[in-house]
Amino acid sequence: MSNDKLKSAPEAIKCISSGSVVMIGGFMGCGSPKYVLDKLAETNVRNLTVISNDTDFEGVGVGKLVKRGMISRLIASHIGTNPETGRKLNSGEIAVELNPQGTLAERIRAGGAGLGGFLTPTGFGTIIENGKKKMEINGQTYLLETPLKADVALIKAYKADEFGNLVFRGATRNFNLIMATAAEYVIAEVEEHVRIGGIDPEDVMLPGIFVDCIVRGCAQNVQC
Amino acid sequence: MSNADQIEIVKRVAKELRDGDVVNLGIGMPTLVANYIPEGIKVIFQSENGFLGLGSRPESGKEDMNIVDAGGKPVTINPGGAFFDSSFSFAMIRGGHVDKTVLGALQVDQEGNLANWMIPGKMVPGMGGAMDLVVGAKKVIVAMEHTTKDGQPKILKKCKLPLTASQQVNLIITNKAVIKVTAEGLLLQEIASGLTVEEVQQVTEAELTVSKNLKVME
Repeated sequence: MSNDKLKSAPEAIKCISSGSVVMIGGFMGCGSPKYVLDKLAETNVRNLTVISNDTDFEGVGVGKLVKRGMISRLIASHIGTNPETGRKLNSGEIAVELNPQGTLAERIRAGGAGLGGFLTPTGFGTIIENGKKKMEINGQTYLLETPLKADVALIKAYKADEFGNLVFRGATRNFNLIMATAAEYVIAEVEEHVRIGGIDPEDVMLPGIFVDCIVRGCAQNVQC
Repeated sequence: MSNADQIEIVKRVAKELRDGDVVNLGIGMPTLVANYIPEGIKVIFQSENGFLGLGSRPESGKEDMNIVDAGGKPVTINPGGAFFDSSFSFAMIRGGHVDKTVLGALQVDQEGNLANWMIPGKMVPGMGGAMDLVVGAKKVIVAMEHTTKDGQPKILKKCKLPLTASQQVNLIITNKAVIKVTAEGLLLQEIASGLTVEEVQQVTEAELTVSKNLKVME
């Protein structure tokens, strides 16, 4: 069926070139598109801006891109589980912008939802407020946070049908759902790929219109 | 900090929890609170990476890597739990739907300011979900050792490290004391058995007002 969005990983990641802005789903490796990231790490793409909650653990997942020096700018909420990111931050190799996790998630959601930003109380009275517009609403001070968008989002789901409707397992929805709404081109790595009708509409967690391409990967912590 | 001290702290924190509370426990010592929930009390643990009903660690060999806690470690989800995505999780947190959050601290001060996410020039792991949790949870409990490893006060007049949030801490529970943050400053409510008020004040930079109902920590 021509509707099938299934591609090989090397073919799918051709949309990523040096200088691309790439969102990568997952939370400390849980629900991260590890197979696609492995394939991306084999390319010579450089100078990526990566938007991701964290950089996984050293040499794993997003950590592979860190190790290979493919990232020049990172927007994340936490880099503590990957000391190599910290070393590259200190040496100036990677410019890191840390966002509170809820702010990061909502900036991505805003990017995908066509919003110009949002007001959050988080970060008020901390260095996070530096350079940001403040607004007082009903006696409470909020920071204006702006939306985030990307050229490509790399996400991970459990199951896709040919149209790209997705089902997630466990706690893997994390940043994957919202990132799929905020990027020009979305690659979903999945463990199972079924025909249209193979997923009940009641069970669809992310509608296929957000997914451009499906790559068959593997289960969490299983090498493909 | 000795194990015994840690257990004393988390046991005391657990007594703050009420039946039906939705609770988020920070990484490290606060996660131990789950082991000391008083009998007859049921709380629901929230994990900011996207679920309610956080359960115990799985048996070795039964780990499901799709279910990890906010530290990335395998956990279980209890019957009646629910999974969701990160933006929904933080809507829950910022929106005031989490009753209590328990976190560690590098420093906390008499205005209820908290510093726990970075030491400039030394350690910049990032704030993760801490800034949202401290602003959004209805009650913020700091659980920590009373002083630094070399005996310096951590409860200060004014935090020196970059803040996690401004004026959000409600209660400080240490191995030496239970201290409530009030508009008038810090109120010493309980002290560890065998200590005097003077001994607690000596290792606390901020001035403590002693509660009329001062009790021994249990």
